[in-house]
Amino acid sequence: MIEVKGLTKSYGKKLVLDGIDLSVAAGSVTALLGPNGAGKTTTVHILSTLVRPDGGSASVNGADVVKNPNAVRAAIGLTGQFSAVDALLTGEENLLLMARLRHLGGKRSRVRTAELLEQFELTEAARKPLATYSGGMRRRLDLAMTLVTSPSVIFLDEPTTGLDPRSRHTMWDIVRGLVADGTTVLLTTQYLDEADQLADRIAVLDDGRIVAEGTPAELKRLVPGGHLELRFGDVLSAETARGLLAGSTLDDLALTVPSVGVSGLRSVLDRLDAAGVVADDLSIHTPDLDDVFFALTGAQK
Amino acid sequence: MTYVITDSATMLRRNLLHIVRYPGLSIFTILGPVVILLLTVFVFGGTLGAGLPGVDASSGRDAYLAYVMPGILLITIAGTVSGVAITVAMDMTEGITARFRTMAISRAAVLTGHVVGNTIQAVIAVALVLGVGVLAGFRPTATPIEWLGIAGLVVLFSFALSWIGVAMGMQSKTVETASNLPLILTVLPLLGSGFVPTASMPEWLQGFAQLQPFTPFIESIRGLLLGGGSASSIPVAVVWAIVLTLAGYAWSMAIYERKSVR
Repeated sequence: MIEVKGLTKSYGKKLVLDGIDLSVAAGSVTALLGPNGAGKTTTVHILSTLVRPDGGSASVNGADVVKNPNAVRAAIGLTGQFSAVDALLTGEENLLLMARLRHLGGKRSRVRTAELLEQFELTEAARKPLATYSGGMRRRLDLAMTLVTSPSVIFLDEPTTGLDPRSRHTMWDIVRGLVADGTTVLLTTQYLDEADQLADRIAVLDDGRIVAEGTPAELKRLVPGGHLELRFGDVLSAETARGLLAGSTLDDLALTVPSVGVSGLRSVLDRLDAAGVVADDLSIHTPDLDDVFFALTGAQK
Repeated sequence: MTYVITDSATMLRRNLLHIVRYPGLSIFTILGPVVILLLTVFVFGGTLGAGLPGVDASSGRDAYLAYVMPGILLITIAGTVSGVAITVAMDMTEGITARFRTMAISRAAVLTGHVVGNTIQAVIAVALVLGVGVLAGFRPTATPIEWLGIAGLVVLFSFALSWIGVAMGMQSKTVETASNLPLILTVLPLLGSGFVPTASMPEWLQGFAQLQPFTPFIESIRGLLLGGGSASSIPVAVVWAIVLTLAGYAWSMAIYERKSVR
């Protein structure tokens, strides 16, 4: 459980967090969505006791991050966007190091390490130096190190930035597994689809402020960016189609139709069919982060 | 906080594993002083030794080897400090230090692991360099008790300078700075009684050379190795070691507590 009230932080004259309020229920996943420099990482660093806030309060499982940092540290795990692994050791040694620092004892350390290597598909590379690991493997090891003891709250700071699509999906599966085990997760991301896939609630962060907060569905309703794009072979078809479809705009031979949903899509195609207009190509554009920001802040990012 | 010793031991184990796995840096810190030793003794030693008070010109080289040995041992310790500063700076850039700081482990343990690891390395390096000195003809006259005193002083100064090295490593924004900053420690023995008696220096330099922390260490080691030193320099050396330890500890802990990551 995470409670944040009126959190502020500046670096020099630069105001990074301008009064953040956030509440994450136990066992849920909240995504902090925002572009670079919005204050996502700073928020996570304050919550994980790495950085002191200037004002406001933040607590994890009821423990204040400033007054009682050790209680917070005992409950949390952090996996940052820069992998925090010991590059001079092997994967297995990294995990054993974490197990010892969590005071698991010799035998349990070895058992837990073997389990994690297996679970994160690192058994084969366990005794190889980290120099031979791919980006995805390092990120998996990083997360495995966080999970040596099962922390009740986990911070994932841009867990998939820079990963290839396959590693990204592996990471998503791992996060879903954590949630199924009852872990509270606060995740930061620049990708709307990632927040959509994983989060129960999304808080949109812009310039140190939370500009919107809600479930993925609520948030997407705020965003008008979704649309259909139809391409036609000739000007006549395109003009006819524009006449048939309310709110559509024509640019050369490409017609943009505002987002209509599945039933709306069918009716669009039916109407074109009835009028005997043939579209060469159809594509569906879902809202992306640019659209979210355009809608919420009125400023193109 | 009940885990200070366990955690320090875990961190020490990690550092020793680094040394065993990647011995390059350690070998380099030993080779440096050996080269300086051979250079000063076989190239400059004849002339420099002849200039020492009460030395016959024909036995200059041997006399100089005996004279310069304590200074070389100190340079050996100072050289390992670069090693620990580089390791600490690398930890900071890798982000692993940030991970340690988010864990419920003793604040001091992470840095203590580095310091104790480097102290062990420095003591081994001093023993090896001393061995090379003996091969080159150095003949210490210390009694077993005096050897114990030498070992004690070497451990104390290695420990003290390692704390300074950890602080320098944390202070540095890049690994390059971390490898350069400790060079000042390698130069200090030259501005003391390490290579020539302070009495031979101009007056304005003599004051600094006699008062700086390394001179009492060098004088104590010289006295213990070869006899004839002033016993009063030993307590001064011990006090300096404690002062340097406390300063390095306070400096590094202050940075560790406030340093933001990335």
